[in-house]
Amino acid sequence: MTRVVRVASGQGFWGDWLEAPRRQADGGPIDYLMLDYLAEVTMSILQKQKERDPSLGYARDFIGAMESVFPAVAQRGVRVVANAGGVNPAACATAVRQAARTAGVSPNVRIGVVTGDDLLPRIDALLDDGHALANMETGEPLSTIRDRVLSANAYLGAPPIVDALRRGANVVVTGRSTDTALTMAPLLREFGWRLDDWDKLAAGIVAGHIIECGAQCSGGNCLYDWRTIPDLANVGYPIVEGHEDGTFVIYKHPNTGGRIDVHSVTEQLVYEMGDPHSYITPDVIADFTTIRLESAGPDRVRVFGITGRAPTDKLKVSIAYRAGFKALGTLVYAWPDAMDKARLADRVVRERLDRLGLQFETIHTEFLGASATHGALAGAVGDVPEVQLRIGVRGPDRKAVERFTREIAPLVLNGPPSVTGFAGGRPKVEEVVAYWPALIDKRVVTPVVTMDEP
Amino acid sequence: MKIRLLDIAHARSGDKGDTANVGVIALEPQWYPLLERELTRERVARHFAGAITGGVERYELPNLGALNFLLHGALGGGGTLSLKTDAQGKVFSTALLRLELDVPDAEARHLRLPGAGG
Repeated sequence: MTRVVRVASGQGFWGDWLEAPRRQADGGPIDYLMLDYLAEVTMSILQKQKERDPSLGYARDFIGAMESVFPAVAQRGVRVVANAGGVNPAACATAVRQAARTAGVSPNVRIGVVTGDDLLPRIDALLDDGHALANMETGEPLSTIRDRVLSANAYLGAPPIVDALRRGANVVVTGRSTDTALTMAPLLREFGWRLDDWDKLAAGIVAGHIIECGAQCSGGNCLYDWRTIPDLANVGYPIVEGHEDGTFVIYKHPNTGGRIDVHSVTEQLVYEMGDPHSYITPDVIADFTTIRLESAGPDRVRVFGITGRAPTDKLKVSIAYRAGFKALGTLVYAWPDAMDKARLADRVVRERLDRLGLQFETIHTEFLGASATHGALAGAVGDVPEVQLRIGVRGPDRKAVERFTREIAPLVLNGPPSVTGFAGGRPKVEEVVAYWPALIDKRVVTPVVTMDEP
Repeated sequence: MKIRLLDIAHARSGDKGDTANVGVIALEPQWYPLLERELTRERVARHFAGAITGGVERYELPNLGALNFLLHGALGGGGTLSLKTDAQGKVFSTALLRLELDVPDAEARHLRLPGAGG
């Protein structure tokens, strides 16, 4: 029998099911547990936490996840790869070490820490050296928002994770690694693929893309025949069974719910897809138009045929910056004529904001239950039982946004009738942290691997 | 005859900045060529006219029986800037599946499309 490497997905974002990592570690044999915590805006949230407390700045859910899988890691040889380090991988490693001591497994836990992605301390030097860090979407140079930058991290690829595994780490904690690298690195390490074997690297990336959103490929959020997807309460998270030749099978543990078939995997493949010919990562460019899927039995899908080519000489950089303030207020209007009442209330609020002379970048109104998600495509609404009016504002002036939050509740007594649903109190003002995607030359970013041994 | 996309395809959507992507997948592999021919970039742009501020791009994935559409300017600024309920474009998928295609009756019967009879 040919050798296989099993990489299990236990977390698709920070906020995913707390039960999933343990269920993956205990539900059947696996070699690696992959936990993805970082979305585009997560780094900025973590940066704010680190500013308040220098021992924070990582995904704290990860510590609970580690506690739940220590038996598998310390006794059964399961290795964990996670980008839980956020903007403070060293502090994350310290917290894992502490948890390992408390659990009595510290001697069996060797943590590899991947850093080098954090460009925040170097931003001015990089700009001075001619790296514009221009916005990939708008072309604007970073200098237009330089004084509002909160965090800046380059997306690192798989090689530093492979390095940590080679040095004996059984827990690898990274900062801003690509989501797909967390899956590709274990395959690269175990099969010893060459770093210019583009087709195999591309296969690793596709495997990563399929499982990086957790259950979203195993029956979660699956539109195809959704009523018949069994036992979502007990949904099984996906596992990659990787083969040396670059083919792999997506499956899940026995006795779990959900469904893995060609339909569920295809839905995940097209999720957040750009140009399918060029799925660009630091290590390889994968061609999604070459992916072949076939059923390989119940809840098993075989993936093969994938090709890739050499990557570019750039890394993507994720920059977060302060972009003003926003608030959202809601009220519910009931039958009869709920929609007309909600429309009138919206006009009243807007007229009052106008008379107060308040300036916003945008005021946005939606009618939930009528047109909030599909707009005019939803067609005419009848005399529905209720409509939720949802008004949002965004602008640079905190005081103006604050004043807006005082203009919703009064409508309960001085606006259109049949109004309710205001129990939540006054809307909260939120600072907007926006995302600025940029590119940087690879040669100026050096990944660093350090080992935290017992 | 009119064929609702919902009856011959499934879909998933997501975001990248202020762009929503919608992957449309034929429910049966033999229905993909019809999608490729009829569900053009222009047809989808017309469907979303007024709902998005930018253009539409289309990519073909015959290997998956799927088309990928990029809808630019769809998300009210996108990410954290957006004030929309669907700031991440998660349900543009079913909004697209509302679209109706005109398919010749004979072809609909030949392909055994839902509701085509025969």
